[in-house]
Amino acid sequence: MTLDVRQWSATYGADSKPRMGFFTDTSICIGCKACEVACKEWNQIPTSIQGFTGNSYDNTIALGANTWRHVAFVEQRLPAGVEEGASPVEASARAQAINWGVQTYQEGDGLRWLMASDVCKHCTEAACLEVCPTGALFRTEFGTVVVQEDVCNGCGYCVAACPFGVLDQREDDGRVWKCTLCYDRLKDGLEPACAKACPTDSIQFGELAELRSRAERRLDQLQSAGQRRAQLYLADDENGVGGAGAFFLLLDDPEVYGLPPDPVDTTRDLGSIWGATAAAGAALALGLAAAVFGGRG
Amino acid sequence: MSVDDGRAATWEGNPVRSYHEQPVLKKPIWTWEIPTYFFTGGLGGASAGLAQLAELQGNGVLARRAWTTAAAAAAVSPTLLISDLGRPKRFLNMLRMFKVSSPMSVGSWILVAAGTCNATVTLNAWTGALPRLRQIAAPAGALLGLPMSTYTAALVANTAVPAWHEARRELPFVFASGAALSAGAAALITTPPAYAAPARRLALGAVVCEMVSSMMMEHRLGEHARPYKEGLAGKLGWARRLSMVAGAAMLHRRGESSHLAAAGAGSMLLAGALAKRWQVFRAGVQSATDPGNVIGPQRAAVERGEGHGAVRR
Repeated sequence: MTLDVRQWSATYGADSKPRMGFFTDTSICIGCKACEVACKEWNQIPTSIQGFTGNSYDNTIALGANTWRHVAFVEQRLPAGVEEGASPVEASARAQAINWGVQTYQEGDGLRWLMASDVCKHCTEAACLEVCPTGALFRTEFGTVVVQEDVCNGCGYCVAACPFGVLDQREDDGRVWKCTLCYDRLKDGLEPACAKACPTDSIQFGELAELRSRAERRLDQLQSAGQRRAQLYLADDENGVGGAGAFFLLLDDPEVYGLPPDPVDTTRDLGSIWGATAAAGAALALGLAAAVFGGRG
Repeated sequence: MSVDDGRAATWEGNPVRSYHEQPVLKKPIWTWEIPTYFFTGGLGGASAGLAQLAELQGNGVLARRAWTTAAAAAAVSPTLLISDLGRPKRFLNMLRMFKVSSPMSVGSWILVAAGTCNATVTLNAWTGALPRLRQIAAPAGALLGLPMSTYTAALVANTAVPAWHEARRELPFVFASGAALSAGAAALITTPPAYAAPARRLALGAVVCEMVSSMMMEHRLGEHARPYKEGLAGKLGWARRLSMVAGAAMLHRRGESSHLAAAGAGSMLLAGALAKRWQVFRAGVQSATDPGNVIGPQRAAVERGEGHGAVRR
């Protein structure tokens, strides 16, 4: 596996650090929401009572200004022990997978229960950071993306720019908030609150390079145990955001968990956007000139 | 199809897998000020260009009125933008830096510069003050009016919202023709018909360009044009079409002989231009909150092998 993590170090000089991130292995998430609670407590995030959604055990709904970790719950009805016409051999391999630590299954009644803790992806090519007109969003020495709350003026551009729908405006505050990957804790050499609180190590924190190779091994393990839909999400640089500081091991397609299957940093198209804008400006000049000077004679 | 109506997410008529039908993207938090600013920005930008050209042609009556329109629009615009901010008192943070990757940053600088130029020219036109500064301010304001009319299209195109981003090649032309239309229509109201011939040509030509560029945009968008045709955006689209056709017909029949008729036609055309900006804005909101609209084309691109993809198995 090639690993081409961009170097932020040049701008930080002697203060630069290795790129840090999250590997969220959803195959061992038990849906306890300790990450949501720990995040709220450490970062002193206001409550976000949404009521009862009926969407399995998820009453947090989505990431937002007051939800920086969000545990998704998906209930899928499947024949017990069989997935997509799996052979008996594969079914028995699946049973073995349970012994290997895939704990999100309630196989007896044919219910497959997926759980996943979502978070800001801390993209390599972060659209939020690129469009921020005030410079409130910045890249830290750990390669993470953080909003400076004393600079943000709540213009809302990042909210529309984020391909994952992570950032949002906090009501009664006006500014935009999101996961900081516990920048304050990282500064003190501590791991982020969510990873610290996770009882199964579904949320793993560390150097991105190390996490990526760990994820590869875990994917091989699960696939050889018959988890044919197991997949890594944003685990390399070959995607529309140039890689991410937070990536995931999923047991189904990303959209099932509310994640976009092909996220793109739209500032990649800035050339054609500015080009069309300049051409339209020139066309406007010609149109105005034609209207003013075109009527003589 | 929005998530509000309780129907399942679809793309091109096929069901799309999603997380409890929840939107993937956040709804843009911008309120009514922003689409209204798209209108006033275009009105001010194109009016400055019209004024400068009318001045070169020797039509001082039209020029002075168009400069006033430009200055008024450039004064209203920042007010709208500031009141939309979550923290209005921090509006000066917009000028902390200049970022080409942020059309909003580029636009803030354009707006400040254009507003200063237009105000200088208008002050000079009515009082005679600052004659030297005016010599630079007039052409500079006219030139800055061009990007001021079109950069807002770049601003919305450079987002993850499919109905905006997929329209990135056509949207600047829709906004440019809307700006020309606004400038012409405003001049019809303020200028006596004897001096308003350029405004009449501008307004009628811009209606045609606006209709054609909008149709081309929706054609190119294909399935992504759906948010432009449904819900409130669809209704705004019809309101715009009706007021533009009625305004153009009235202008064509009576605009040359009656200032009152010309002003009526101008008002209808201005309403049409405003409705168009609102339609584009609403279409983006509807597109962002529809999970089918976001997931469907991404999944299709991955299946075709055209997308970047994000998973490895």
